[in-house]
Amino acid sequence: MIHLAGVLFDGLAYGMLLFVLSVGLSVTMGLMGFVNLAHSAFAMLGGYLSVTLMQQAGVPFLATLPLAFVLIGAASVAFERVLYRRLYRSGELDQVLLTIGLVLMTVASCAYFWGTQQQSVTLPPYLFGHFSPFGIDLGYYRLFLIAVGAAIALALVFGLERTRFGARVRAAVDNQRMARGLGIDVNRIFALTFAIGSGLAGLGGALAINTVGLDPNFATKYLVYVLLVVSVGGLGSIGGSFAAAVLLGISDVAGKYYVPEAGAFIIYALMVLLLLWRPAGLFGRRV
Amino acid sequence: MTKIATRLLGGIALAMFAVWAAPVARAADTIKIGFIAEFSGSFALPAREMDDGIKLYMKQHGATVAGKKIEIIRRDIGGPAPDVAKRLAQELVVRDNVDFLAGFVVTPNALAVADVATQAKKPTVIMNAATSIITTKSPYFVRVSFTVPQITAPLAVWASKNGVKQVYTMVSDYGPGIDAEVWFKKVFEANGGSVVGSVRMPLTSPEFSAYAQKVKDLNPQAIFVFVPANDQPAQIMKTFAERGLTTSTIKILATGDVTDDAALEQEGDAALGLITSHHYSYVHDSPLNKAFVSAFAKEYPDLRPNFVAVGGYDGMAAIYAVINKLHGNIDPDKAMEAFKGLKIDSPRGAIMIDPDTRDVIQTIYIRKVERQGGKLVNAEFDKIENVKDPGK
Repeated sequence: MIHLAGVLFDGLAYGMLLFVLSVGLSVTMGLMGFVNLAHSAFAMLGGYLSVTLMQQAGVPFLATLPLAFVLIGAASVAFERVLYRRLYRSGELDQVLLTIGLVLMTVASCAYFWGTQQQSVTLPPYLFGHFSPFGIDLGYYRLFLIAVGAAIALALVFGLERTRFGARVRAAVDNQRMARGLGIDVNRIFALTFAIGSGLAGLGGALAINTVGLDPNFATKYLVYVLLVVSVGGLGSIGGSFAAAVLLGISDVAGKYYVPEAGAFIIYALMVLLLLWRPAGLFGRRV
Repeated sequence: MTKIATRLLGGIALAMFAVWAAPVARAADTIKIGFIAEFSGSFALPAREMDDGIKLYMKQHGATVAGKKIEIIRRDIGGPAPDVAKRLAQELVVRDNVDFLAGFVVTPNALAVADVATQAKKPTVIMNAATSIITTKSPYFVRVSFTVPQITAPLAVWASKNGVKQVYTMVSDYGPGIDAEVWFKKVFEANGGSVVGSVRMPLTSPEFSAYAQKVKDLNPQAIFVFVPANDQPAQIMKTFAERGLTTSTIKILATGDVTDDAALEQEGDAALGLITSHHYSYVHDSPLNKAFVSAFAKEYPDLRPNFVAVGGYDGMAAIYAVINKLHGNIDPDKAMEAFKGLKIDSPRGAIMIDPDTRDVIQTIYIRKVERQGGKLVNAEFDKIENVKDPGK
């Protein structure tokens, strides 16, 4: 029983990390209908930004997190203006080709500027180690991940449901033409939502360094997991991303603990089963 | 066409022909080595380390041997991609007419080239890939690096002689990992120990928390870990440290890949006290190694020399020795005969190429991770000499 609690805790923490990495893509793909596979590249850039700030400018780890969010969000607006806007009307294949190309370019650039070795972060001492109430190992960093993930989820839901901006976003998602007709500046909404989503990816990348490491191949490695969460959760749904990320995180860790030989396969098997049951994702809408 | 146009076209064609023919005219004085490695992708760092070893050797010993100029033609496999490795080897043999093939960080790429090497009769120097069977796949393969059974077996012997009775093994689920698990178990049990459990972790696992938790719950006397050098050692050691495994009573044994010199600092204090077995430590106490390390630090100050760099360095040493023996005339079969029994003074210690298996025979050191001069190093404290690859 103790083991199960420990596995649930670790899985939840991993799930929160996946949530922060993926929620932006879910919203962007659901809202803008734009397949942005470079999402994980933004995450990677957020990670490298955090590392650079810590190593070159001596910024403490916790301070690099909001900086990663803001700076990567701002950078993504540049990408959106210059590149993505031209392909809003294009087919998905064109969008995939563009964004995969961006991923490859980002991977090569990161390898060029930072080298191919692993990067690491120096955590503040209170985030390192663990304590063991009732015999369950609770790592401090994982507690931190859970706290951050929960806070972001709550902030996003609050933002969507209770603010004017959120109402406009929901309107634009539900019926874009109608929203335009009512005078909502849909383009600006898109740009801002995209910036928030990509900023969250950057934040996720910075958070991920201590758990899963950072090297130039992060973008390609994690693209698969991000797409897993997005497709299982349903496009455009924050609750869906949350549920999918937590589910996948827990099943991944539980699978590796209880059935190590099948280990990494569990997460994919679960995805297949869930998509067979709900092809549009857990909370997705059939368009 | 006008007269001028025809003349111009003819002149261009002639010039192009001359440019194309010229290298061929010079070819007799050049020995070409096709260096195939994974320069991009997830194994880019070890490929670069191997290349640095090669370049350093050439810088120290000159680019001319026995009157012939050495030309290295580099090709990028892009990661573990056997079909690409085979195609690149074919191109190097057919188009560039290389005399030697060399390189290979990972096993699948080396194995794919076996047929090409055999058919084209090209001596191929394996500078890193460590699965036992590689050298059996072609009579033109020679290895200067190491094999996983070769470094695992001595560790199992040392452990059983030093009070370790029970071990739980954790390896990555691929060729070298399975080699490590099988050989550790075989040798450890033959020496009276018992393996209380084993787990094979997926090679692409980004996250080790479940496995670390399992170790904590089982609480064995010792664990044996194998993960490939690159990004995994830092991750798994950090996960262990986070759970307090590194400071618990559980002894952690591993192959030297886990404490790769180039990545050791990333693991931080989590790695202190780790006992590993390997063929090279960059603090190995010999004049040749000291010279190697300082020359390397001058050329590549951002990287520590590690076993992959030594593989590249010694690979070139072997090739130069053979070229010298043959006075620059590379006959493939004579070259293979020259490789067999070749002794090289390496930064790691003395090594010899086994005449029967064309694999390397070397000293395996048992090391502990310590802090010396403020830096984390693998300090050698015991050794077993003349270890052959037990897998053959």
